[in-house]
Amino acid sequence: MIVVDLSAFLVLSAFLFSCGIACIATKRNAIGILIGVELVLNAANLNFVAAARYLPSFRLEGQIFAIMVIVMAAAEAAVALAIFLNFYHTHTTIDVESASDLQG
Amino acid sequence: MAEWFSSWLPNGLAILGPAFVSAVLVVSFIGGSALLLIWAERKVAGRMQDRLGPTRVGPVGLLQSIADGIKLITKEDVAPAAADRFLFRFAPYVAFCATFCAFIALPFAPEIVPWDLSIGVFFVLAVMATEVFGVLLAGYSSGNKWSMFGGIREAAQVVSYEVPRSLCVIVPVAIAGTLSPTEMAEQQAGFFWNWRIFHDPFTFLAFFVFFITATASCKRAPFDLAEAESELVAGFHTEYSGIRWSYFFMAEYGSMYAVSALACLLYLGGWHPGFLPMDLRDLVGAWLGNIGYGCILVGKSYCLIFVMMWMRWSLPRLRIDQVMTSCLKYFLPISCGLLFGACMWLLTVPSHWAAVVRLILAAASLIGMVVMGVMLLRPLPAEGQHGQLAGVWSRQETVS
Amino acid sequence: MMSFETVMFVILATLTGGSSVAVVLSRQMVRAAVWLLITLIGVSGLYFYLGAEFLGATQLIVYVGGTLVLVVFGVMLTEPGKTERVTVGPTGWCLAGFLSASMFFLLVLVMLNSGKSSSPAVDKATEWPGVGPIGLAFLGLPQSPNQPGYLLPFELISVHLLVVLIGAAYLARAKRKPASEAGGTVVRVEPVPDAGEGESL
Repeated sequence: MIVVDLSAFLVLSAFLFSCGIACIATKRNAIGILIGVELVLNAANLNFVAAARYLPSFRLEGQIFAIMVIVMAAAEAAVALAIFLNFYHTHTTIDVESASDLQG
Repeated sequence: MAEWFSSWLPNGLAILGPAFVSAVLVVSFIGGSALLLIWAERKVAGRMQDRLGPTRVGPVGLLQSIADGIKLITKEDVAPAAADRFLFRFAPYVAFCATFCAFIALPFAPEIVPWDLSIGVFFVLAVMATEVFGVLLAGYSSGNKWSMFGGIREAAQVVSYEVPRSLCVIVPVAIAGTLSPTEMAEQQAGFFWNWRIFHDPFTFLAFFVFFITATASCKRAPFDLAEAESELVAGFHTEYSGIRWSYFFMAEYGSMYAVSALACLLYLGGWHPGFLPMDLRDLVGAWLGNIGYGCILVGKSYCLIFVMMWMRWSLPRLRIDQVMTSCLKYFLPISCGLLFGACMWLLTVPSHWAAVVRLILAAASLIGMVVMGVMLLRPLPAEGQHGQLAGVWSRQETVS
Repeated sequence: MMSFETVMFVILATLTGGSSVAVVLSRQMVRAAVWLLITLIGVSGLYFYLGAEFLGATQLIVYVGGTLVLVVFGVMLTEPGKTERVTVGPTGWCLAGFLSASMFFLLVLVMLNSGKSSSPAVDKATEWPGVGPIGLAFLGLPQSPNQPGYLLPFELISVHLLVVLIGAAYLARAKRKPASEAGGTVVRVEPVPDAGEGESL
């Protein structure tokens, strides 16, 4: 019997977080890693909003934090994609295994 | 409606019942208005090009859309071999669902709205921003270089034009103080000089900028590079045929209606006719009043859609760099300036001056519309003499 | 009998969780982006379910309509050739699975043991601060005296976003360099295609 309270949302956001970690660990494409980071950030956001809903004194702060996390995620995605495009222009591939110029 | 349902259904179904009914009504409205608008577009295009448009199927060609629909449904469902099958099938539904969800918060009358959201305007803008995915995925999954180019250009255009469009939406929102479209329309009750468009010159200009940027973000001419037949075959929907193509078409007409209805609610007084001093619901009762209001709002939106069609068949198409330049170099600073000007107007101009300006704007607009109507609809000689041309051509001095 | 809220939550949670698993498992990047789209729409639906309507709409307009479009553009512009679809080998998958499973169990243990959840009978509709209080809080005008204003974070993230966007636009500008492509199947799309023939009607 599923009772929808805070722990249900916390379990769901933990699941999203671990999917994000798995995505970061298993993609060789750099944009795949970015997708994993987006999943992690969404899991954290879901945590904030669920906590805001079930703890009424936190309702304003939860939404404000979530808005700030959304904005920061957008900024970080923009920078990451700019870096990847630069990398692609010089290396003609987006595989992170080939980012070995500083190796050794 | 939820109360009536909950009287004879358990709680969960009492929410699903009105939701289902609203969904059916909205889908039938989108489908019906798409049929009507396709016929209207072909008639308008024909008349503007000095020909008749569809005349054979049904009276005045009204059943032409139904004939087209039957043809599209019975067409063979082909997909190119190089296409990504799952995405190819998925893309039209994304586009259509985005447009359909915009109707969730769009009211037709004060009491006919599927979900009266307090942030309705923002919700409509947010959901219509999702439509770009249908375009992008369709362009990519067709396996065709030109479709992908069309899809990428299209997505860049739609996403760029959302910014000045949102700024021009913020202008009446800042004046009204609420994001709910029902409340914003109710604030414009009364005579037509109460409409938000006449509130100050900045809002007047903001309406036109909103209309242009909304036309551009609906991928509508003269910004319709996706359908630029001379350049990209048909852009992102080159490889789509039959019922899948009609999903894109319905999505386009649905978002045209949504954007026009938003313009009417924000600027043009919503469902208020503008010449009645009292509420229509007090005159003819709640049911008829609401339906009357709905008809007025739909009529106003259709007038704006007619203006969109007029623009399509009169103006040449813009190139992609012209499109992006006009968005980023012109519309964006202009809409920022209009927002600043409207807020300054609210803060500094005293109310009697503002009322005078409002009445001047309203009177000038009315006179302008009347003059334009008279000039356009002057009677022309219907039949030419032998050896002379009829209609518009009779005004020409020489016939070459 | 399951109540309507429970059914809605199960549907939304299954949608979100299932599509996030599909993000991990899909090999082609565009499909992963599409599953991420469905995940983000599911999360936005969960925000609406929780009652935070403004946040749900913000998620749609910023994340789905902005960030994800950027990601899909990036995927399309950096598309690898047909031969290059390698993921990490089996050892990579085992390590990733172990890592994510252990993170999941750790998080669930911590969450379920720390603070107990309050009763679910909290009415969500009446006291949720809408756009007005959020806007006022961001401008530093708190509603209640013991609430801090959030003007400084707002200004900071605004300036941060501006700086980041200028930097990203500079980093990703179209460079005029001789094309040196390794494989013949790469489609290079310049950011601004030039049409030199004049107006096209």
